[in-house]
Order: sequence, then structure tokens, then C-alpha cells
Amino acid sequence: MTGDHQALALLLFSGFVAVTLGITTWVSRRRHGSAEEFYAGGRLFTPMENGFAIAGDYMSAASFLGISGLIALYGYDGLLYGVGFLVAWLVVLFLVAELVRNCGRFTLADVVAARMSERPVRIATGTSSVVVSVFYLVAQMVGAGSLVALLLGRTGGAARVWAVIGVGALMVIYVSLGGMRATTWIQIVKAVLLLSGTVVLTVLVLLRFHGDVDRLLLTAAERSGQGRAFLAPGLKYGGDWTARLDFISLGLALVLGTAGLPHILSRFYTVPTARAARRSVVWSIGLIGSFYLMTIVLGFGAAALVGPQTVRASNAAGNTAVPLLALDLGGGAGSTGGTVLFAVVAAVAFATILAVVAGITLASSASVAHDLYASLRRSRGTGPRGEVAVARWAAVGVGVVAIALGLLARDLNVAFLVGLAFAVAASANLPVLLYSLFWRGLTTRGAVWAVYGGLLPAIGLVVLSPVVSGSPDSLFPGVDFQYFPLENPGVVSIPLGFLAGWLGTVTSDEVADEAKYAETEVRSLTGAGAA
Amino acid sequence: MPARDMAYEDPWYDALATGWGGLDGTGVPATTVPPARGGPGVTRTRDVYVEVQRSQAFQEMRGRYRRFVVPGTAAFLVWYVGYVVAATTAPGLMARPVAGAVNVGMVAGLGQFLTTFLLTWAYARHARLRRDRAALDLRWDTQELARGAQGGAS
Repeated sequence: MTGDHQALALLLFSGFVAVTLGITTWVSRRRHGSAEEFYAGGRLFTPMENGFAIAGDYMSAASFLGISGLIALYGYDGLLYGVGFLVAWLVVLFLVAELVRNCGRFTLADVVAARMSERPVRIATGTSSVVVSVFYLVAQMVGAGSLVALLLGRTGGAARVWAVIGVGALMVIYVSLGGMRATTWIQIVKAVLLLSGTVVLTVLVLLRFHGDVDRLLLTAAERSGQGRAFLAPGLKYGGDWTARLDFISLGLALVLGTAGLPHILSRFYTVPTARAARRSVVWSIGLIGSFYLMTIVLGFGAAALVGPQTVRASNAAGNTAVPLLALDLGGGAGSTGGTVLFAVVAAVAFATILAVVAGITLASSASVAHDLYASLRRSRGTGPRGEVAVARWAAVGVGVVAIALGLLARDLNVAFLVGLAFAVAASANLPVLLYSLFWRGLTTRGAVWAVYGGLLPAIGLVVLSPVVSGSPDSLFPGVDFQYFPLENPGVVSIPLGFLAGWLGTVTSDEVADEAKYAETEVRSLTGAGAA
Repeated sequence: MPARDMAYEDPWYDALATGWGGLDGTGVPATTVPPARGGPGVTRTRDVYVEVQRSQAFQEMRGRYRRFVVPGTAAFLVWYVGYVVAATTAPGLMARPVAGAVNVGMVAGLGQFLTTFLLTWAYARHARLRRDRAALDLRWDTQELARGAQGGAS
């Protein structure tokens, strides 16, 4: 990468940082310091604004760079990711968004704890929310490091470390000073930037082939050297049966995990009503779906115009396919158009990472302050204002942990880490959420068991998986305590979460409180007494 | 697929008065005031919710919600899991050509996008036409009852 690219990309990115810091200062000047303001941005965003913000929260760099990169390298198999990420939104729309908006105030634990003995349930769901957020954050930090290394043309070294630290510091500033209102506006700006960039590239790819998608696909297949096999599944996940089962496991985690992601759930509290929450999800499904459709075009476009060999030579995981495609579409290396497009894509990818980490940091600081701190210190009587102060500091703490882990885990694959976060969310958060919304008989023990019964197996199986030990690519290649063959634990741990919740309920002496369930059901469907 | 049954032209009042898809067409308007209103037994806020939960208007609305989301969720989960399993276990089937460069796998993948958009539209429409008004009325009634209960208890 030449100096021109770097200078222009850094300039554009600095522009984005300046705008977002401006938003943060502007927002924080008018703040009142209430919990409503910090966690939920005053609940007065419109469905369209929130729809863009949800899309901004969800379309991470893993999607923009990762999925199109996978398609460029393996053809059809990359498309499977995009389908899973999109279909997951139907679970959110049908079963979660409106009901959660109606019964909760700030976090997932609010919904569950309303029916149960509050303390144990709040501690359990708060813990699992923080764990999910940290996994997701680490993935984004690793992505930021790789992107910088790519831009500056060196792998490893000081640039990467400083990128991770810089991203961490910025996200802490956004969140602790600006709260939900600043974070939401940053997501909106980022979503608009990312979608515009993707639209421009897609149009350029289609123009190059005169709108002939068939020829685009055939050229990609030919250039890949795989022929027609490039356009069918099997190149990446078609190995032995373990690899295939692993992919099914990932597919389950993707489709069920979204509804358990704390930073997605907390977005529904930024709109005034359940109806607005539903309309924001409809907006976001439209935006996210169009985005994934365009990444498919970009992926095959990169395969056809740049070629899988060139992509692989630049980055083995395919993460550079889109920047390389932009360079080619602009007129090739050395041309002005190529330089500008490349810089724009790089800056958009940075902005994406920055916005996503801000959203997750806010959600996890809410879990720490509103769920964990508030339950552990309830006896001392902390007011909501004290809680917001704790949340601001929690954002700093989460930022430090994420920076440290991001530096430690920098050699792990980004898409894999995201898949893991989804698996933990689907195993630990989704069962307890669905049970408490729809199951009359759920007891406190059942709720707590559902959380830990999904969380512990999910993490335990990852520790025992080939990711951590026992293969040359694992985290500790020297030792071997690999007893579980799959990389993604979802296919085992998600059913275990549901099973544990049921088991805990049927074995407990407590009888579920009918009146409490009536309250949850009536409130969730009508919005009576909603915050 | 539930989307097929959504052929209503007119919206709002008609739609509220008849059941969705003819399955729950009892003709009872969902806007019925909960029978508990002003009843003598309501003294505590927690009883208000039990009362509302047992009211016909609420059960009707809950039924409409469940009759849409349960089959809808089952349908898209089966369709999605079937797609993932087919893509991993039967690549030969997915590679069968349809037209030009497009094969069965491409059609199925784009089909997933299409059904997601369609179900989103169908759900939003169903909620707007069959639930929103009833929910608003019930919300109002519940809050009124709760206020009355709090007043009575003090």
C-alpha cells in the first residue's frame, strides 16, 4: 500500500473521529445525568433513526470485510453466513422486540427479573450479558488491529497495538461522556456511510459487467480455478462430517444468537413504544438485508475482478478482498480513482469498527452497573444517579479489559470470534428470555439454571475445542486438552441451556407466581405500565 | 406460509372485527372492555393483571399474536435449518444448474432473503391491522384499573 492511500485514509478517518467527537460533546452538554438518558437516550428516537442505528450496530467489519472476503475465496459458502445473519432478525421481530420493549427498562435482566426473585436472576443474566459483550468486543478489536496492519502495510508491531489502544480509548470517551444518545447518533452516521460506500461499490461492479449478473458469476467461477464448484456449497465447509456438523452448529448459533445480544436488545429501549420498536426492526431488516445482498455482489465481484489468488496473497483470511476490489474499480493501483476508493473503503471499515465497539461497550456497562452493581450493593441504597456514575466507570473498565484481550487474542480469526459470541448469546441469554416471556411455570431456579446451563457448557466446550489446543492453528498449539471436536459449541450448548432451564424449574419447590406471570404477559403484549 | 393468507384490502375496523385468516373468526371485537372494569373484587394492582389476563379481549389478542408467530417461527426455522443442512450435506443437489450460472443453491439462498422480507412485511401488517388497536385499548383499560386499585388500596 502506498503512502497516498494511507494519508488519504487517515485523513478521512480523522474526519469521522472529529464528527463523532463533535456529536459526543454536543450531546453531553445537554445531559441531565439520569439513567433514562444514559442507558436509553431519553427513549425519543424515531423508528427510522433507531432502524439505522440497529443496522449500524449489527453490520460489523466482520460482515463488510469478512463475508465478502469469504465469498471471494470460497464462493458460495461465504453466502451462508449472510443468510444466517439476516434470518436471525425474524426471531427478533416475531418473539423479542416488542415484548422486550414493553416489559423492560434498560437491560435483558429487567425482563427476566420482573417475575423472579430479583437478585440471583439479575446477577446471572448480568454476568452472561457481560461475557457475550466481551467476546464480541474482542472480535472487533482484533479486526481493528488487522485493518491497521493492512493499511500501514506491516503485520504486527507497534501500529497494531496503537490501533487497538486508540479504538479502545475512543469508545470509552463516546460511551462514558455521551451515553446512549451519542452512541445512537454515531451508529446512524456510520450506517449511512457504510451503506453508501457499499452501494457505490456494488453499482461499479455491476456497471463493469453491464448489469449482467450471469456473466459476473461465470467470470468469478472461471477466475477461481474451481469452475462451477465455486458457485455451489462445499469448498469451505464440505470436508469431513465434523466440518459439516461444525457449520450446522455455527448456523444455529447465528440464527438464534442475535435475539440474545445485549447491545441489540438495549436498542429497543431508545424508542417510545413497542410499535416503534417493531417499526425500527422492520427498517433494520430492510437495511441489513440489502446490505448482505450487496456484499454477495462485492464478494463475487472481487473473485471476478481481483481473483482469489491475489486476495489470498494479500490476506489469507480474505479480509482485504473489498479494499482490493475498490482499488481495481477505481482504475487500478497508482490511479487517482483507485487511491480515493481504497481510502474511502478503509475509512468506512474503521468507522464501522469504532461504532460497533461503542454500542457493545454501552450495553455491557449497563449490565455491570444496572444489574451486577445494583444487585450486589442494593442494601447500601444507591440511587439511579450513583448507578449512572458507576456505568460511566464501568465503560472505562470494559474498555481496558477489551484492549487487553484484543491485544492477547490478535491472531484469532475475527469471523470465528463473532460466531462464538453468537453461540454464547444463543445458549445463555435466549433460553431464559423466551422462557420468562412465554412459560407460565418458570421459577427462579429455572431461570438461573437456564443462564448458567447455557453459559458454562458454551465456554467449557470452547476451552476443550480445537480452537484452544491440540492443533497447529490453535491458541496454545503446544498442549493438547482437546476433547470436543467442533469449533462452535452451539449445537450442544443451545439445547443444554433450554434443558437446564426446564430441569431447574421442575426440580424446584417454588411454585411459579401466577399473578407475576399474568403481569408479564399482559404488560408484554399491551404495553401497560411500560417505561 | 402465513404470508399467503394476508389478502385483506381494507384495514383497521373490518380487520379487527373478523379473525385473522378465518381461524379465529368468532366475530367478537377485540376492543371489548375487560369485564372486570369496576368490578368489586379488584383491590390490589397484582390482581388487576390477572383480571385483564382472563378477560376475553386479552385472550383474543393473545390468540391472534400466537396464531401468527408460532406457525411463522416454525416455518422459517424449518426452512432455514433445512437450507443449512442441505447446503452442508447435499452439495450435489445445491449445485444442480437452473438457468445460466444460477443453480439450486443460489435460488435457495436468495429465497431465504425473499422469505425473510415477505415474513417481515406480513408480520408488520398483521400486527398493525389485528393487534395494535386492541393492545392500545387494553393498555388504557389496564392502566385505569391499576390506578383504581392503587387508589382503593390506600
